[in-house]
Amino acid sequence: MRDVASNEHSRKSYMPRDTSLKSVLVLGSGPIIIGQAAEFDYAGSQACQALREEGLQVILVNSNPATIMTDADMADRTYIEPLNVEFAARVIEKERPDGLLATLGGQTGLNLATQLAEAGILEKYGVRLLGTPLEAIRKAEDREEFRNLMKQIGEPVPESWIVTDESQLSDPANAGIWPLIVRPAYTLGGTGGGIAYNRDELYEIAHRGLALSMRRQVMIERYLKGWKEIEYEVMRDANDTAITVCNMENFDPMGVHTGDSIVTAPSQTLTDREYQMLRSASLKIIRSLGIEGGCNVQLSLDPKSFRYYIIEVNPRVSRSSALASKATGYPIARVAAKIAIGMRLDEIENAVTRKTLACFEPALDYCVVKIPRWPFDKFVGADRRITTQMKATGEVMAIDRTFEGALMKAIRSLENGIIGLSNKTAHLLSDIEIEEALRVPADERLWAITEAFRRGMAVEEVHALSDIDPWFLNKLRHLVDIEMRLRSNGTALVRLASDEKSEDLAASHPLAVKLLREAKLAGFPDVTLGSISGVPELKLRSLRNRLGIVPVYKQVDTCSAEFEAATPYFYSCYDLEDER
Amino acid sequence: MRALLVFQDGSYYVGESLGAVGRSQGEIVFNTGMTGYQEILSDPSYAGQIVNLTYPLIGNYGINDDDIESRKIQVAGLVVHHCEDKPSNWRSGHSLNDYLAENNIVAIRGVDTRAITRHVRQKGVMLSTITSDETVDEALQRLSKMPAYETADFTQVVTTSEPYLWNDQCSKPLTYDPSAGKIANRRIALLDCGVKYNILRSLAKYGCETVVFPCTTAHAEILECKPDGIMLSPGPGDPSNLGAIVETVKHLVGSMPILGVCLGNQILGAAFGSKTFKLRFGHRGSNHPVKDLKTGKVYITSQNHGYALDPDGLRDGMEVAHINLNDNTVEGLRHKELPIISIQYHPEASPGPMDSSYFFGEFMRLIDQRS
Repeated sequence: MRDVASNEHSRKSYMPRDTSLKSVLVLGSGPIIIGQAAEFDYAGSQACQALREEGLQVILVNSNPATIMTDADMADRTYIEPLNVEFAARVIEKERPDGLLATLGGQTGLNLATQLAEAGILEKYGVRLLGTPLEAIRKAEDREEFRNLMKQIGEPVPESWIVTDESQLSDPANAGIWPLIVRPAYTLGGTGGGIAYNRDELYEIAHRGLALSMRRQVMIERYLKGWKEIEYEVMRDANDTAITVCNMENFDPMGVHTGDSIVTAPSQTLTDREYQMLRSASLKIIRSLGIEGGCNVQLSLDPKSFRYYIIEVNPRVSRSSALASKATGYPIARVAAKIAIGMRLDEIENAVTRKTLACFEPALDYCVVKIPRWPFDKFVGADRRITTQMKATGEVMAIDRTFEGALMKAIRSLENGIIGLSNKTAHLLSDIEIEEALRVPADERLWAITEAFRRGMAVEEVHALSDIDPWFLNKLRHLVDIEMRLRSNGTALVRLASDEKSEDLAASHPLAVKLLREAKLAGFPDVTLGSISGVPELKLRSLRNRLGIVPVYKQVDTCSAEFEAATPYFYSCYDLEDER
Repeated sequence: MRALLVFQDGSYYVGESLGAVGRSQGEIVFNTGMTGYQEILSDPSYAGQIVNLTYPLIGNYGINDDDIESRKIQVAGLVVHHCEDKPSNWRSGHSLNDYLAENNIVAIRGVDTRAITRHVRQKGVMLSTITSDETVDEALQRLSKMPAYETADFTQVVTTSEPYLWNDQCSKPLTYDPSAGKIANRRIALLDCGVKYNILRSLAKYGCETVVFPCTTAHAEILECKPDGIMLSPGPGDPSNLGAIVETVKHLVGSMPILGVCLGNQILGAAFGSKTFKLRFGHRGSNHPVKDLKTGKVYITSQNHGYALDPDGLRDGMEVAHINLNDNTVEGLRHKELPIISIQYHPEASPGPMDSSYFFGEFMRLIDQRS
């Protein structure tokens, strides 16, 4: 009998396929701006390391010295210069790199690569653009080209029309698709737009929009109110092997930028059929675009049928890729860099297990929650509503075995003074204001929801106002429910904490012990438990130690423990086995 | 109610009862898929096994009437970390807990499923029991008297008792009338060792009607339905118990195109001289990379098997066509001359990725080339 578990994959000596490549120019992402922040430093650093591992000389250009990628040991040569054609051309002239890697520097790197190609610089110095071809990038980013491509491959995009004259409104009006969202082009902050539920409203809003638009142009699109927003992180190599690294489900339905939404990984409310339907669509898209590397596909799914639409494709490593990398342990930027120099997914080692290959799909055995971090504490007068234009300047991510645990950890990680289910203002709002806060997405909607539950609102009512999936709402309802039980059982918990004599606390205080265990499993920190129940925090902690309700640490291993993992990446949880 | 999961090696886990109260026993295995618990529950290949799901939040989207892969729940038992009692999905009709209880399946929740997976990975699959009315010692006593998983022929338990027909008009088996001729473009005879409905649905999508035969059917009776192709289904248990079916298949070889899937791949391998060996913890999940040796392409596949083919014994023109990139085991065979192809993974997906559904098309090509 053979023992397959010890039958490790035969390790090849990994050599770049493309042996003519000796040196590669990597473009960084420049200054940190909203939507393009430290995640590109993370991606660029990984790429520099991945290329040097393969024996390539790495030349880096980045204008931002406050990055890890510009540290002395990341690249062979580092230029801290402006990311524009003039300076990049001079670096190319001096260094004569064989290849240029631009898909890891966000939009800045991608734009600069396009400009260098268009200016003839790449051709002049014989520099090859590595990874995804420019043509593919253009196809993904040009609205009309992308829509045409989707039509060709049979993937649905939301119906939309560009209207410059009221006579053109008959098309959308007769399409039989309601509601429609009307957005005037070239107005400040989208003023003059609106949602039309019928023909009359469409004409009225479009009339107003055309008048307000500087170019007399409005865009009309199917309004996917309440639809789920789902993302897939996809990778493809030059041999057309394609995989999905991770999928993610937004807590906030359509209408909130994914960078401004609370996000879970993996998706929580999709059946396998829905999951696979959207996965297959994402793979079809990355193949049709011809991307070599990573790509992010955003889709919208009807919560009441199998209908879906492709919303957007990012043909490069993006903010979501950084999240997906941390969420799964799969190093997307590293693998994308290796694909760019001609390696195939089945030639790249899975750096976490060191036994399997990069050509597999991570299986998570935990729940990941991301919460955006907005700068509204610094910009007091700013409009705190969140819509389709991203306002967050950062994000936090937490891992646990339950959604509740991960959410509670993520809230504490925000470091905005909120440590649990209450912010400083929601309890001051009137019932009508709470309903408004549920209906209109804003940065603190999470705490309006918990306040609504405290006031006895039903999950169905909160769902009707917010369109947030009842699964997420039931989790928040569960947390509020624990909070309320902790309050009403405060005396029992105080009695438990003061019981110095009992040999078997669980037997003498069964309900209080059970509640304490449930609260810890759901992520309540000791400080909150203490303030709600009336037991001092330190006393509560020693009580937990006596009861053995202590966290254990589990490994993020990309494979749900199917294989042994080598990297020390852990998260805490209240479960049985500690893996440290 | 408190429940125990007790392993043959004496290790045990304390959790809460899920589904029916009582006792269930079987070989403990783990599946790493993040979705698809309903399909897993009704997959006949899990007969005789207690399935530990590694994803910790199970039951989120409930149970619906469509995503069922056979006539009933087939697993012996189920192990989950957290079971959602308030599911959310437009098709959901029941919660997982209610569904298990109504179908009398004894399951357990609230245990450290990752610790269980690590244990099975290190020690290998073994007999185990879920129990709510025994001590650990009593459960171990009972387990020690249980016959080994390898000794039972589970295909006899899960196969259909009578032949039936499946076509693109149906979502359930139809009565098979041997005197009625074929209506669809192609007729497939399927030897049922534990077929999943999505295999029949997939064949129907390709314009096939399928006659499903009990796995004990003789080759002459199978050929009487005048099929255009033969399919050998997936199924549970140790393939080395299936000598009689291997003999039937030997008689069918050469008569027409054959497609083998999962257990069907192992039966075909056996018909061409190969033997199977037991994997320490099997392949069960939706993320297994398989390489097509001819094209070099890699597919992400849905897998559920505890045994693998030893390629060394293969003879009479059969060769390895696919391998698993995690452990290099055989994942598919191809005959050098005859129209015979087979794969160890699941082209029907359900659950899992649909990357390999093209394989049904390959089978159709072999059929159409011949006629």
